[in-house]
Amino acid sequence: MNKTMMRVVGVILVIATFLLISECAKKEKPILGSGDAASAVYVAPGDYDEFYAFTSGGFSGQLGVYGLPSGRLFKEIPVFSVDPENGYGFNEETKDMLKTSFGHIPWDDSHHPELSQTDGVTDGRWIFINGNNTPRVARIDLKNFETAEIIEIPNSGGNHGSPFITQNSEYVVASTRFSVPIPQADVPIDTYKENFHGTLTFIKVNPDDGHMNIEFQILVPGYDYDLASGGKGPSHGWSFFTSYNTEQANTLLEVNASKNDKDFIAAVNWKLAEKYLAEGKGKTRPGEHYVNRMNHKTHSADSKLNKTVTVLDPAECPGLIYYLPTPKSPHGVDVDPSGEYIVGGGKLAAVVSVHSFSKMLKAIEDEKFIGDAGGIPVLDYDATIAGEVTNVGLGPLHTEFDGKGYAYTSAFITSEVVKWKLGTWEVVDRIPTYYSLGHLMIPGGGSMKPWGKYLVGLNKMTKDRYLSTGPELAHAAQLIDISGEKMKLLLDFPTVGEPHYAQGIPADLVHPNTTKIYELEENEHPYRALSEKEARVERDGNIVHVYMTTIRTHFKPDNIEGIKVGDVVYFHITNLEQDWDIPHGFAVQGARNSELLVMPGATNTLRWEPNKVGVFPFYCTDFCSALHQEMQGYVRVSPKGSKVPLSFN
Amino acid sequence: MIRKTGMILIAALILMNCGGGDSEATKEAAQPKLSPDGLTQEQLKNGVGPIGAFELGPQDDAMVAKGAEIFELKCVACHKVNERLVGPPLSGVTTKRTPAFIMNMILNPDEMVKKHPEVKAMLAEFYVPMTFQNVTEDDARAILEYLRTL
Repeated sequence: MNKTMMRVVGVILVIATFLLISECAKKEKPILGSGDAASAVYVAPGDYDEFYAFTSGGFSGQLGVYGLPSGRLFKEIPVFSVDPENGYGFNEETKDMLKTSFGHIPWDDSHHPELSQTDGVTDGRWIFINGNNTPRVARIDLKNFETAEIIEIPNSGGNHGSPFITQNSEYVVASTRFSVPIPQADVPIDTYKENFHGTLTFIKVNPDDGHMNIEFQILVPGYDYDLASGGKGPSHGWSFFTSYNTEQANTLLEVNASKNDKDFIAAVNWKLAEKYLAEGKGKTRPGEHYVNRMNHKTHSADSKLNKTVTVLDPAECPGLIYYLPTPKSPHGVDVDPSGEYIVGGGKLAAVVSVHSFSKMLKAIEDEKFIGDAGGIPVLDYDATIAGEVTNVGLGPLHTEFDGKGYAYTSAFITSEVVKWKLGTWEVVDRIPTYYSLGHLMIPGGGSMKPWGKYLVGLNKMTKDRYLSTGPELAHAAQLIDISGEKMKLLLDFPTVGEPHYAQGIPADLVHPNTTKIYELEENEHPYRALSEKEARVERDGNIVHVYMTTIRTHFKPDNIEGIKVGDVVYFHITNLEQDWDIPHGFAVQGARNSELLVMPGATNTLRWEPNKVGVFPFYCTDFCSALHQEMQGYVRVSPKGSKVPLSFN
Repeated sequence: MIRKTGMILIAALILMNCGGGDSEATKEAAQPKLSPDGLTQEQLKNGVGPIGAFELGPQDDAMVAKGAEIFELKCVACHKVNERLVGPPLSGVTTKRTPAFIMNMILNPDEMVKKHPEVKAMLAEFYVPMTFQNVTEDDARAILEYLRTL
């Protein structure tokens, strides 16, 4: 064998092998904590994200759905605010979802998404979210990503401490941020101390269908109740609520509610509450509230008004509630995955106080009380405290856990995530965020089983992080890798509205269960038209019902005559498609509400009150096929009193 | 000789392509006579989908009635008997296509539209792809029975 030739062949083989190996290496997923941040968050075209992240919309009132690690926005689910993009809150079917004792409220401020749990693990069935301004809690079905139910919370002013869940979704809780006269009354504001109270509301969740009902409310002293967390494992059966303004100030709270060194975490024994209810200790009190539920057979909301609620008074229910003193105007309260530690975010204290559940039980047994507040026993701080985390940054607000023995606290003023160890309370790592970190989120956060791979920081200020868009900027979320010893910033991504809290869940627990279509055979909408044969127009006085069908690529009927100015026309559109991702839109000129976006197999109704004579087009708004531009029709509107007969094709 | 061996080795290495996928080529090579679209003669005749070739028995009137009902609900928006609408007229379709082809077209339209040359040609003519209407195999069989009467 010729030596030169051998060498050439050898070199070629080496190069080929090297190329092959590097080609294979490229296909391997990068290991987090090593490699570059770009590849750690890269989800190749057509591939799926590992987690869903659900971010509250804040002042948008909605719920955002993102993928992690990519930070891609998939959907904005309309919850408390109307959405002209798909007709939510505008069409006849969903407008009652926003019905309240104050009337139709088309907006709210949504803060805290909370996933349903089974045995302390997020199960992917539902996600709950609070409406802050007009106190409400919504349940979103994670099969179809639509708002399934909204319940109003009576005797509440500002439903901030909500909707935190118990480990089997027995209850979601709702605490009032602003205390108010209960029942509401015309009283001078400076009679706050005598006339104002708070409530802690326990909403029972039916395990089969998720239906919510207010089981009971606990009447509590007139403080501001801020956030809450469910007990778990050994502390299952208890829920914990932070409070501030134990000074009971009613003006200039930034000074007047910041005087006491400690405020309270309220520990509520809800299993005992159930016992008291069974004994008849609950009192029926005024509490007007609506419960609005979507019926997915009729594709319509059913609205029900309840006039009363059952109220428990702690004075008549010993052992129901205890106060744990906690420095200082605490904001978040978070029970760790083991259920033993109750972590209070100090907000105005440079310390995170960690109470021990077992020490709390012992302190109650040993009656280590330092007095009472409004009749509620106050426990001795030293008797319940397990440890204090110092050097935790300024303005500690919220804590999440990785399930591996570490906790992560957001420090608002110093804009950082601080990682510390449960049990030793030592700070082991910190990472800056940009800027002014509020909540943070680890998928499975708040449950007994967090997936401690990523953390999302939800920042309040954006400033220079993105290309500028005028005075208003998108909020900035930041994805942080927490799989290793040191935290590592991977990605910035903009979010819609103002996310407060967020929750995350492995995609496998949600993605495979998705609803792709609604079956036509199951459509029980009273104005459905299940085939083109059933398409028709009917007049009843000045009310006209149009039973219209859509399928690629036409409306039936597509020519309507005999409509008159002054008529009220209801277009009931049934989408006959039975194919995934084929909604049809419907828009008609002069509609003063919104369009419709009708899912396959569903019926939606647009109310149209023509006020001009003429021939007006309607068309499909959602590009559906090659002949989408042909998907159109006309409705002829004649003057009031005209003799043009009603006709359609 | 040596050069050739080297080339073969390199080619073999490249063909290995990180493992996996190597058997497909062999499998396809074992298949008899494929159409230019990669379909077997069997698939060209009976369509791509869950239904294999079968013979129709005597007409079953109960099934015809059930098929007519489903057809009214889920098909007539696009198909008429004697004239073109969104899709082609269906009169005599059972004399033009095999029973399995018709059922595969009803049950698996996405793949039929993508893979079968005659269905691809129809898409070019009608522009709107045939859509799955959430029917079961039994429903499709009943629709077929009804189509026999047209």
